[in-house]
Amino acid sequence: MFWSQRFRGGVHPPHSKVTSDKKIEKASLPKIAVFPICQHVGAPCDPLVNVGDQVKAGQKIADSKAVVSAPIHSSISGKVVEISPRLTPACAEVSSIIIESDGKDEWVETSGLDLEKASKEDILAKIRECGITGMGGAAFPTHVKLNPPKDKKVEVLIINGVECEPFITEGHRLMLEEGEKILGGVRAAAKVLGVQRVVIAIEDNKPDAIENMKKLAGAEFEVVALKTKYPQGDERHLIKAILDREVPAGGLPFDVGTVVLNVETAKAIHDALSKGLPLVERVVTVTGDVKDPKNLLVRIGTPFTQLIEECGGPVGEIRKLVCGGPMMGVAQPGDASVVKGSTCVLVFNETRVKEDEEKPCIRCGRCADACPMSLLPVTLSKLVERRKFEMCSDYNIMSCDECGCCSYVCPSKIPLVDRIRQGKVAVRKLKK
Amino acid sequence: MKCVVSSWPHIKDGVTSKEIMLAVVIALLPATAFGIWAFGLNALLIVITSICSAVATEFVAFKLMGKKFVMDGSAVVTGLLLALTLPPSLPLWTVVVGAVVAVGIGKCAFGGLGYNIFNPALVGRAFLALSWPVLMTSWVAPGTLTTSATPLTGASVSNTDLFLGNVAGSLGEISKLALLIGGLFLIAMKYIDWKVPLCYIGTVGLLSFALGYDPVFNMLVGGLFLGAFFMATDYTTTPITKNGKVIFAVGAGALVVAIRAFGGLPEGVAYSILIMNAFTPLIERVTRPRVYGTGKKVIGK
Repeated sequence: MFWSQRFRGGVHPPHSKVTSDKKIEKASLPKIAVFPICQHVGAPCDPLVNVGDQVKAGQKIADSKAVVSAPIHSSISGKVVEISPRLTPACAEVSSIIIESDGKDEWVETSGLDLEKASKEDILAKIRECGITGMGGAAFPTHVKLNPPKDKKVEVLIINGVECEPFITEGHRLMLEEGEKILGGVRAAAKVLGVQRVVIAIEDNKPDAIENMKKLAGAEFEVVALKTKYPQGDERHLIKAILDREVPAGGLPFDVGTVVLNVETAKAIHDALSKGLPLVERVVTVTGDVKDPKNLLVRIGTPFTQLIEECGGPVGEIRKLVCGGPMMGVAQPGDASVVKGSTCVLVFNETRVKEDEEKPCIRCGRCADACPMSLLPVTLSKLVERRKFEMCSDYNIMSCDECGCCSYVCPSKIPLVDRIRQGKVAVRKLKK
Repeated sequence: MKCVVSSWPHIKDGVTSKEIMLAVVIALLPATAFGIWAFGLNALLIVITSICSAVATEFVAFKLMGKKFVMDGSAVVTGLLLALTLPPSLPLWTVVVGAVVAVGIGKCAFGGLGYNIFNPALVGRAFLALSWPVLMTSWVAPGTLTTSATPLTGASVSNTDLFLGNVAGSLGEISKLALLIGGLFLIAMKYIDWKVPLCYIGTVGLLSFALGYDPVFNMLVGGLFLGAFFMATDYTTTPITKNGKVIFAVGAGALVVAIRAFGGLPEGVAYSILIMNAFTPLIERVTRPRVYGTGKKVIGK
């Protein structure tokens, strides 16, 4: 079993997980909270409130009739002051509901479900109503993930506690502090999917989390320690590492009989089902060049700058503000606010931000060795430069997961993943 | 707050092309030092002349092309490699010609670092071998510097002497031990794939044995170690795919034996690598790895 627990390529960046011993602390309430009406993969929501409306914490403020979508809830009580486009942490301009806090933190009444009696449909409806999405980054609506098409038989549920990105520790802390709640969510998800086998996957750089989850899970679920390697947290590679199956190109995990859920998503499912709590807060690791890096329990919509201040402010000057980890996080042009998929706020000062001059490719092949998808990044990058987009397609450019391993290892500092992303955009246009 | 916006990743592995070139130079130092120790002052002058001419040629070529000259160390590697393949008694003007051809025609004419098809040092060596065949086959014995035959041209030596370098031969090719030390260093640093020298030298051994020659002698003689560790592993002129590297090495090994056994030349390492260089794009095309989630293995168990 152990020999097969691996996937191809990957890299070993320094872990830099300086906050792994820092207990989760509650961040203070934001004065102004920003809620983009699309924080997930799928259709954007329509606002249910107007400027001037009073709202309570936990109140649904935007929803959609589309299947692949998730409603948005206010995380604070206060007044809707503006509905206008704002930049999300993904750097997309999305219409956003802006709420000014009244400081009272009044909540709507919520109620949970009786899991013993609840049907699969009830549970899925509750998860949808609470706006639960994947919390590891991509934010795919959870009720859709837990409801695969009838012809796809799901046998294994994988709980992703890998957290392979450097710096990020929020999932690690949750496994130490909220393990029971995570398992509660796992039980519900396993019931809805009708699976017998559940694997909780954790990288071996978090031995305390592995031990804690093993203790709590007992004989009920498997807890697997994986050899640490980036990008193991990408579900395609996690599935390969655990089940030795490959998700077909363009397919989804249930095509190979599995569903992958992030640990924090599992906790959110538990909160939704037991108390009816909508997804209005999450744990965010605030780290990098800040005076006192922390794991903060943050209301959705809180501005990043407020979180940086809660950590004692930046060390030096903020030169790069990244939402997510250093490998795949998005550099922000200015301040933005926490959304459902924000795992980490990473601050880099002038000492860490260096402009790398691009040098000619020496064809060392390190990018090809590092690519977990077995692509030839340098070949793709050259094809994109020559605008040979049809050949890019032949070279499977669309299989690229944009994990950034190729750019990470390149000794000539060529922005390979950037080129490949441009190529993917062009290929998508070509196909239309 | 003046934020830099750039594509991920926001951290990079520290290794640069320059460091890799430096590592290759360091790896070549034992063989270079041994050559200078064995052959004396002229050997040292050949090394210096070759490196300086190579760098100067690149500088001039880049000026002529209107490109910015960057001292990335690649010309140093080419110059040093060329020097190590030359007879230690060679006149220095020949060395200059070799280095100019190596860098000027072998590399810069194709567009510079990363674009050349053939190994530049071997292009330079091949040019000299064709132009001045007598000078390029005049050998001296180490230490005494008296005219001597090489093992490939009839001198009889023990395999131990062959391994340690107590034979006549090219400046940096005689001590296999020194080359092995440098090669293992590059393997340990993960700058080269161990499979390439293993398959290259291994193929020469196996095929020599199959054809009834002494396999150990054939593996140790001539420029095979230098070629296997430092030229068949050249990034630019060999395939980037893992399987492609193996095919390249096996092909080059087979060519060495073919040239030695059936050709008119006593040595075949330089030509074996140059010929395989020409096949590199083709090898790379047929050894594209199977992309995750495509092809036969999609569904798995």
